[in-house]
Amino acid sequence: MVYQSQAVAKPYFIAALGLFAGQIVFGLIMGLQYVIGDFLFPYIPFNVARMVHTNLLIVWLLFGFMGATYYLVPEESETELYSPRLALILFWTFLVAGTLTILGYLMVPYAALAKLTGNDLLPTMGREFLEQPTLTKAGIVVVCLGFLFNIGMTLLKGRKTAISLILLGGLTGLALLFLFSFYNPTNLVLDKFFWWWVVHLWVEGVWELILGAILAFLLIKITGVDREVIEKWLYIIIAMTLITGIVGTGHHYFWIGTPEFWQWWGSIFSALEPVPFFMMVVFAFNMVNRRRRNHPNKAATLWALGTAVMAFLGAGVWGFMHTLSPVNYYTHGTQITAAHGHLSFFGAYVMIVLAMISYAMPLLRGHGATSGERSQRLEMLSFWLMTISMIAITLFLTGAGILQVFLQRMASAPMPFMDTQSQIALFYWLREGAGVFFLVGLVLYLASFFADRERVAAPV
Amino acid sequence: MKEKFTKTMARNIFLGGSLFFILLFLALTVGTVRALPQRDHRENITPIVALGKRVWEDNNCIGCHTLLGEGAYFAPELGNVYTRRGGANGGKEFIKGWIQSMPSGVTGRRQMPNFKLSEQELDAVAEFLKWTSEINSAKWPPNIEG
Repeated sequence: MVYQSQAVAKPYFIAALGLFAGQIVFGLIMGLQYVIGDFLFPYIPFNVARMVHTNLLIVWLLFGFMGATYYLVPEESETELYSPRLALILFWTFLVAGTLTILGYLMVPYAALAKLTGNDLLPTMGREFLEQPTLTKAGIVVVCLGFLFNIGMTLLKGRKTAISLILLGGLTGLALLFLFSFYNPTNLVLDKFFWWWVVHLWVEGVWELILGAILAFLLIKITGVDREVIEKWLYIIIAMTLITGIVGTGHHYFWIGTPEFWQWWGSIFSALEPVPFFMMVVFAFNMVNRRRRNHPNKAATLWALGTAVMAFLGAGVWGFMHTLSPVNYYTHGTQITAAHGHLSFFGAYVMIVLAMISYAMPLLRGHGATSGERSQRLEMLSFWLMTISMIAITLFLTGAGILQVFLQRMASAPMPFMDTQSQIALFYWLREGAGVFFLVGLVLYLASFFADRERVAAPV
Repeated sequence: MKEKFTKTMARNIFLGGSLFFILLFLALTVGTVRALPQRDHRENITPIVALGKRVWEDNNCIGCHTLLGEGAYFAPELGNVYTRRGGANGGKEFIKGWIQSMPSGVTGRRQMPNFKLSEQELDAVAEFLKWTSEINSAKWPPNIEG
């Protein structure tokens, strides 16, 4: 840690990890409800558990991105943060608003929550991933504006690097695109069309800029490779991301009432979406091979390399698997989608945030480059446990999905939905088992912060 | 990468490429919005259909079901439930009756909560799902099971 104000990143990282743990617990509840249908019913119906699972994911990743930004920007700009106090005020605002929203989901029926928060005035609730009450959405916008102001002012007074500009660009896009969550027309087709402007253009658009910028920053720190080289790669990768990803939105416009021309645009462009992810793998390994120093934080290096590989597998390979419209005709809205969703979110976004936390936390806590050997070993073990478990979850869901597609969509006598679900229950059990191992991995990750604290000097 | 290929060139590819494809996407969006009236039969969105969408949203139906393939994968696709359950011959009555009879209470089986909808709200959801089933969704789903 070079600048005092980078310290504001720490509460963001701690909150992110706490919410991450909550997300996984609810994931396990849902996984069990897939096979024991009435588990925890009527206290936590599936839709509530799912809303908590996905919303916690989004919120903790946002905490992670913000924490990463607060850590990264002062160092890149070579100046203190414009206002550390504003960063802390926004932290508590976001945490309280987020916690109240999750408690709202759990404690009152969703319809009552809608009434309570005045959804009638500006109805935005009840759409996948955008379930937050309109008030919470407004709160998110306020937090984002304050955050962007703080970061923007810091950049203005300091050095402007490609990494920090791209990061700010991605975060600005995130905030702007979120505004479409307030547009909820009565016409379902229009609603769905612009809903994707938030969801797709976030995760297959601007979030990848954030991912790329954080990864580039970490690679500079870990490998000591020349900034010019790394930033050149970064530009090319994000260029390919937006060139393929924006029109690639079309792979969501095959079957929701939108014109058929999207089957061409969506298939062709989204088939190219793995390209930037493949480049990211080549980039990360190349830089580590050409390293000019051996950074002692091996765990952070592992996460950084891991995120490139797993993002390529999850977003690239598993995305490509069902993105061509003739294939998607059969796989749309099945467990194949769930498999892809899990591996891509984990690979691209969970892992990059964990990489940043692993790199920054020892420095933020004043331990030096690492928090000691034992902590490193625990962390690397947790890396392998979480990563392998997530691959297993993905493979089991893919197995479930292939069977589901065959039985329900392709067989000569198609089977009803619930009958199909009973046929594939074994895969759901296996997925749940892998989920338990994932939780163990997460616990080890958290435990690594409490392991011994022998200091290792940071390389200059 | 070769030395002749500078960071400035990379940046220009990023800026130019992004701008071009943003504009292309906007052009395709205009084309879509213009073509939609022929596909979404918006003229049939009556106040009761609109109310149905609100009831659908206020009870987070998408948290378990898919609608035109989007949503959660825990419970059946509802984009074509109206036709699957009889269409003009009792589709709406089936939907209303089903919602009212929940939860089934069968041990170990997936449970749908009872949302305590009024008669008007039940009608509205049924009308909304009927309207949805009549959207031109390019022949998706592949068969009646959704």
